[in-house]
Amino acid sequence: MTDAPVSNAPAAKPAPHVKENAIISFQGVTKRFGKMVAVDNVNLDIREGEFFALLGPSGCGKTTLLRMLAGFETPTEGKVFIDGKDVADLPPNKRPVNMVFQSYAVFPHMKVTDNVAYGLKMDGVDAGEIKKRVEEALELVKLGGLGDRMPDQLSGGQRQRVALARALVKRPRVLLLDEPLSALDAKLRDQMRSELTSLQEKVGITFIMVTHDQDEALAIATRCAVMNRGLLAQVATPADLYEFPNSRFVADFVGSVNMFEGVLERDEPNEAQVRCAELGAPVYLDHGVTGARGSTVWVALRPEKIEMHKRVEGSTAMKMEDAPQGTNVVPGIIRDIVYLGSETNYEIELEGGRRVKTFRSNLTRYDQEDFTWDEPVWLAWHACSPAVLLS
Amino acid sequence: MEQTWKQARAAFAAISVPPLAWLLFFFLIPLAVIWAYTFGENTGPTTIDFTGTFANYARALGPLYLGIFVKSVVVAAITTILCLVVGFPVALAIAFASPKQKAWLLLLIMLPFWTNLLIRTFALIAVLREQGYVNFALEWLWNNASGFMTLIGLQPLGEFEPLTLLYNNFAVVVGLVYVHLPFMVLPLYSALDRMDRSLMEASLDLGAGHLKTIFLVVVPLAAPGIASGILITFIPALGSYLTPDLLGGTDSQMIANVIERQFKRANDWPFGAALSFLLMYLTFIAIAIQALVQRRSDRRA
Repeated sequence: MTDAPVSNAPAAKPAPHVKENAIISFQGVTKRFGKMVAVDNVNLDIREGEFFALLGPSGCGKTTLLRMLAGFETPTEGKVFIDGKDVADLPPNKRPVNMVFQSYAVFPHMKVTDNVAYGLKMDGVDAGEIKKRVEEALELVKLGGLGDRMPDQLSGGQRQRVALARALVKRPRVLLLDEPLSALDAKLRDQMRSELTSLQEKVGITFIMVTHDQDEALAIATRCAVMNRGLLAQVATPADLYEFPNSRFVADFVGSVNMFEGVLERDEPNEAQVRCAELGAPVYLDHGVTGARGSTVWVALRPEKIEMHKRVEGSTAMKMEDAPQGTNVVPGIIRDIVYLGSETNYEIELEGGRRVKTFRSNLTRYDQEDFTWDEPVWLAWHACSPAVLLS
Repeated sequence: MEQTWKQARAAFAAISVPPLAWLLFFFLIPLAVIWAYTFGENTGPTTIDFTGTFANYARALGPLYLGIFVKSVVVAAITTILCLVVGFPVALAIAFASPKQKAWLLLLIMLPFWTNLLIRTFALIAVLREQGYVNFALEWLWNNASGFMTLIGLQPLGEFEPLTLLYNNFAVVVGLVYVHLPFMVLPLYSALDRMDRSLMEASLDLGAGHLKTIFLVVVPLAAPGIASGILITFIPALGSYLTPDLLGGTDSQMIANVIERQFKRANDWPFGAALSFLLMYLTFIAIAIQALVQRRSDRRA
């Protein structure tokens, strides 16, 4: 029995500007609204220069956590440190952080330059300096030349850029983004994803983003914290979250997954076996699992990691015992097909009645024609693919 | 189909004619009669000749009545400003209260609204008169202060002189502010309640304090609400009759009191009508100003 495997790949994204020191530190932070616990004993360090994502379903406490950084909520228990300083007594207007609001909150009665200059005026920066920095900030977010527009003359995406410029012009230690892309349409969202990433690399300050969209978090963040009911479920790089989830909640929330309940039957340093009644066959793993033999475990298998092969009744073209070493194979019948263009999603009914999802890339223009409804198939996956979860 | 009513003329007429007829017979025609009176002359105790004279208007714009008009405008303006100063924080507090508190606070604002004006005004007399609660409280404070002075070896303050809080312009303004506060609070509240909270948070986040946030963000954005609050307070305050009548002294009558006298005691309907229409013209001017302000802020928002 060995420790469960963790990623030995390099970090998902090289992030040379990330420093060692924790710019944000939550220490035992709890927030209650009446009887409702919004944030439950969170301990979390965020390093300087990270693009950090707080990810979770609505009501999980991620926004409350962000608002505690901005100073709009105060922790019921525990401490929040920004740049090593306890910020309990700092009101929002005295904190070295700035926020981009979900609604953007661009002041509708001020033109773009006045919006961006607002924070600098509050800090008593002199007029010449304000003008220079506002221009720089607008260039940075690619809004040069639109400074005289009123917010109602801007598109949603442009208003978001104003909000970004308005926050960044103050040169905060940390930029807070509350669901920054949720109000944009799909095309613009993709574009803003990569722009946010390059913007963060350019200005080099720590970005903390709240999102309920796991694709967004995986695409942008250097590190993510998945939250569930006020608790931190897992803090990891995007790739580790997806490939090495630590719980059923994380496996299910991040990406799509097939989950099978089973009993840990065999557990050696280099291999393990889980008996899964629903699957009709044991699951072989080419690594050890940290669990007691005989205990209940869950096998999480991503749909794209399942391969589908033709199965002709009565033929011996492929049988379970013929499968290559280290491969799991189960029979099933295709019950549903959803063609999505780049890939096709299949739902396969196993012999016990359980349905399994699998995704298949359409590598050629004819791939989606390979399989059809009610066709018998073999499902196969490599022994290293499933994640075994203890909770 | 936005123009289907054109195909159903009968149905359209059936629902629109009764209210239009009502407006015509009970509002426009009587108003037109009074308007005609403004160009008439009293020729007997009950007879009025429509002579087309402008004498009524000329008299109404003479120094005496013009003075009362100006005074009415000033009193109404002071009332409106005080309502705004008092009402804005109240409206802000209600807008930021929890939903449950909100309902109760709004009820408290509305409650005097549903009480007879006469009862409220007499209650105010009980509060403000020389033997009233304000003077009782002041007397108690005075006597205690006086006792304290004696205690520390200073001269006592002497006998308490009750303040004259009634039957003067002060009483009229207090009464008008009291009566018209709900008119101010409700439109302010609805403007503030609709405002996106994140705008205020953004202002705080960018380094502004609470006061700066209120003056740089909240007030400008609530401007349409403030404008309609001012209008909806100013117009009835300008035409107040009962409050100056009951709380005012001989020098605190407003234009409505003068108009009432013309129609009743003086029995000079043409002159009363001319005064009434001048009041109405003033109201139209106020509405026109508000509409201008509204249009400007609409263009901006």
